[in-house]
Amino acid sequence: MHLVNVAQAAQGTQFEAPGPGDFEFAPFLGGSAFLTKPTLIIVLGSLAIAVLFWLAARRASLVPDKGQFIGESVYGFVRDTIVGDTIGREGRAFVPYLTTLFCFIAVLNLSGIIPVLQFPATSKIGVPLFLALVSWVIFNYVGIRRHGFLGYFKAMMFPPGLPKLIYVLLAPLEFFSTVIIRPITLTLRLTLNMFAGHLVLLVCILGGEFLLVEKGGVLAALSIVPFGFSIVLTFFEAFVQVLQAYVFVLLSALYIAGALADEH
Amino acid sequence: MQTLATVLAAEGAPNPLLPHVSEIIVGAVAFTLLLLFLKSKVFPVFERVYAERHDAIEGGMERAKRLEEEAKQTLEQYREQLAEARHEAARLREEAREQGAVIIAEMREQAQAEARRLTAAAHQQIEADKAAALAQLRIHVGTLATELASRIVGEVLQDDERQRAVVDRFLDGLEAEATAAAAAGSATVGAAGEASTSRGGAGRGAGGS
Repeated sequence: MHLVNVAQAAQGTQFEAPGPGDFEFAPFLGGSAFLTKPTLIIVLGSLAIAVLFWLAARRASLVPDKGQFIGESVYGFVRDTIVGDTIGREGRAFVPYLTTLFCFIAVLNLSGIIPVLQFPATSKIGVPLFLALVSWVIFNYVGIRRHGFLGYFKAMMFPPGLPKLIYVLLAPLEFFSTVIIRPITLTLRLTLNMFAGHLVLLVCILGGEFLLVEKGGVLAALSIVPFGFSIVLTFFEAFVQVLQAYVFVLLSALYIAGALADEH
Repeated sequence: MQTLATVLAAEGAPNPLLPHVSEIIVGAVAFTLLLLFLKSKVFPVFERVYAERHDAIEGGMERAKRLEEEAKQTLEQYREQLAEARHEAARLREEAREQGAVIIAEMREQAQAEARRLTAAAHQQIEADKAAALAQLRIHVGTLATELASRIVGEVLQDDERQRAVVDRFLDGLEAEATAAAAAGSATVGAAGEASTSRGGAGRGAGGS
């Protein structure tokens, strides 16, 4: 480490592109691994959601005030738009989970563009992995409860109305895609979207900073280009972050709906 | 060599696909607590408000519909009752008319019966009077005839003047007698009847002689 630093100092103005290392944080105050920036963001984000919803529901009335309206809108969006269109009426039981899931992911995604925090906690694979596993457990559980253990896998792997020979190919594929691929894609889609988005923002901001601080003159003036990009990308990131939360929840709802359906 | 390896290891980029256990645990605990809190404290409130709002809107419409239905039914009932009442009134009028006709017919019948009864009584009275008069007449006619004959024979009948005078006198006497008898009689009708009968009787008696 010392060697490298010395080498860089010797080279003077070498831009070091941000990489996966920028997603690792040292524990605060030399404490345990539980006290890092990502975990702090997870706790703060959860607290923020809880407090905002509590404020929204505290004086709930027939005619909502602004806070209640927003809270209801989020809840109603998951309840009616996502669950209503995928699972239908019997999806009511999953609305609390899916709404919490949506808010949790959205807030931890958006922490990537919230000043001071400026790190999407969901780009740490542990968070999406856990959530994907919960969704995986839920949709497999309701499927088995609905169809029985064998019935569930039979419905999954042997959709009726196909030539016998096809099943040789289809059955393992269906099993693989449903049981193994689904949680992996759920996890990776979210993690890598956040990871990549944050990395691009880092490149723009750190690049602009490098031009402004380390170079100077014409190049310093050019730093306006990456800085401008970083602002545009921040808005784009906000869109992607909400969209990815929506996609995660929508897919979870679709998986549950598929497990509950009589035929795949 | 040893140093290089450590440097490389330190420099080697961390794999973003390897989860940190601490982050999984913190994420799991935070998410679970958040879910429990929202599920118990927040979402039921929203559901309740949804239900209340739905009830306020839909329920209001349902109530209005029900009231309209009720009003319609009541109107129908009133119309039926009105029609019934009209029918009843018409029936009562008809009945009264029939009863009136019956009463009038009965009254007429009674009046006719009464009239017939009176007529019959009058006839009987007349018959009785006539019989009484005849009986009386029968008693008087003999004596009268004898008296008349004796007077006619007793006087010389020279001319018609005298003869007429005798007859007139006789009749006057007869009339005077009849008046006396009438005064003695109780009923005026009876007296008149008696008078007329005695005059008739006298006439017949005169004719007979």
